[in-house]
Amino acid sequence: MTLTDPAPALGTGAGQVTDRRSARAFVDTHVVPYADAYDRVGRVPEELIERVAEAGLWAPFLPPGSGGAGMDMVTLGEVHEEVGRGCSSLRSLLTVHTMVAWTVQRWGTAAQRERWTPALGSGDVLGAFCLSEPGAGSDTSAITTTAVESGGGWVLNGVKKWTTGGQRADLFLVFARTAASIGAFLVSRDAPGVRVKPIDDMLGTRASMLAEISFDDVVLGPDALLGPSGFTAGMVLTGTLDLGRYSVAAGSLGILQACLEASSAYAAHRRVGGSALRELPLIQAKLSDMVTDARAARLLLAEAGRLKDAGDSATLMATWIAKYFASTAAVRHAAEAVQIHGANGCSPDFPVARLYRDAKVMEIIEGSNEIQRITIAGQAEREKTTCP
Amino acid sequence: MSATAKDQILAFVRERYPQAEIDASQDIFALGFVNSLFAMELVMFVEKTFELTIPNEELRIDNFRTAESMASLVAKLSADLAAA
Ligand SMILES: Cc1cc2nc3c(=O)[nH]c(=O)nc-3n(C[C@H](O)[C@H](O)[C@H](O)COP(=O)(O)OP(=O)(O)OC[C@H]3O[C@@H](n4cnc5c(N)ncnc54)[C@H](O)[C@@H]3O)c2cc1C
Repeated sequence: MTLTDPAPALGTGAGQVTDRRSARAFVDTHVVPYADAYDRVGRVPEELIERVAEAGLWAPFLPPGSGGAGMDMVTLGEVHEEVGRGCSSLRSLLTVHTMVAWTVQRWGTAAQRERWTPALGSGDVLGAFCLSEPGAGSDTSAITTTAVESGGGWVLNGVKKWTTGGQRADLFLVFARTAASIGAFLVSRDAPGVRVKPIDDMLGTRASMLAEISFDDVVLGPDALLGPSGFTAGMVLTGTLDLGRYSVAAGSLGILQACLEASSAYAAHRRVGGSALRELPLIQAKLSDMVTDARAARLLLAEAGRLKDAGDSATLMATWIAKYFASTAAVRHAAEAVQIHGANGCSPDFPVARLYRDAKVMEIIEGSNEIQRITIAGQAEREKTTCP
Repeated sequence: MSATAKDQILAFVRERYPQAEIDASQDIFALGFVNSLFAMELVMFVEKTFELTIPNEELRIDNFRTAESMASLVAKLSADLAAA
């Protein structure tokens, strides 16, 4: 297995990913054959990052003229599903970049948008999302990174951990405590006082180039703060996490679809006791549940995407539910996919071992399972069937 | 101030918190209802229902304390839009 992609590079303007079909073709050509190798070396190569840029995949939802193609959220979900089907590490890089690009577009001033969105859209600048800290994960109110107003700007101090893409990103979206609330700050990687320490050898999404990022007296201009201060500053984080959760839901569905495709192919040719695995009722039960859950997850995701496109606030809960369902289904079915493959499923020769490890991560990031369930339970007494 | 806007906003808040008795002049922050998820839902609801964008500088707590203050904000932003 090799990291090098022998397929010809896409010409400028040609081979743009605009929908599920083109995303599937891109992923099958440039990602699927190499995903296990990325996993083993613990990074995705620069060449792939460039190919993603050529395909217009980094932030296609940005408006045309701001580095994007105005892609709607339903389609974006489908595209992220396809990328997740091929490689969760690449999808993770896409997720955090999406969060940064969207946040700048949604909350940035005209000057901030003008400065950052074209480069975020083209992928010339890659973004990463810095919220978690060594002592604060689920409980975001426990973050201790501070941004103190000074000389009209800000001074940033603290440590962020588990930053996906941190080893590679050019621009960090950092959440820090201010006098009033929690603020979102744009910090260039090359700002003095920023240090990046790689985190390797994770259980899953091993090629997503995680890092711990330290900020020691990093001096920021007034234009580093993104969005309003005060009570609504929390909304910047809520919105950013909502889109990240949507992308992770899509990626989880991609893992599930990959498990289904790998398992049905394997079950068709592997023979035991004179019959193909797929003819055995216990194996059929596993395959039927994969098919059913993949369809259900896809519907939940499409509904969350449709509500996003409509600007409907119900998208927030719909996204929690889609992510909860898709991530737990991915874990369940990845375990069964390994089971169907037997010893081969535990070996590096089949992708299901990677899918199994990657799936587990989906239950922890962008709101762990427990946090999902606490939040969704809040919906219980409002949950009524509506009659048109 | 539009009575309709006030009623629509109040209905949205009541739907989210069916167990609570809230009127249009009650401070929903003081009642402890507002977390960042609900704040985001409120802003999205107002923007979609009244077809406007709330600029960052109007995202102040005083504009969101009560259904009345939100309806005033809607009236102001709608007037700005009409004048533009
Ligand atoms: C591969 C990977 C990539 C990541 N990428 C990023 C990134 O790019 N940026 C970023 O900021 N962070 C990132 N994270 C961090 C991630 O967001 C956190 O791991 C996650 O929020 C959980 O926080 P924690 O790990 O500190 O667990 P904790 O918050 O310490 O929780 C530990 C356990 O307790 C449970 N728990 C917590 N609260 C409750 C409760 N109230 N009731 C019941 N159970 C509870 C949790 O669900 C979990 O099972 C990444 C993590 C991983 C593994």
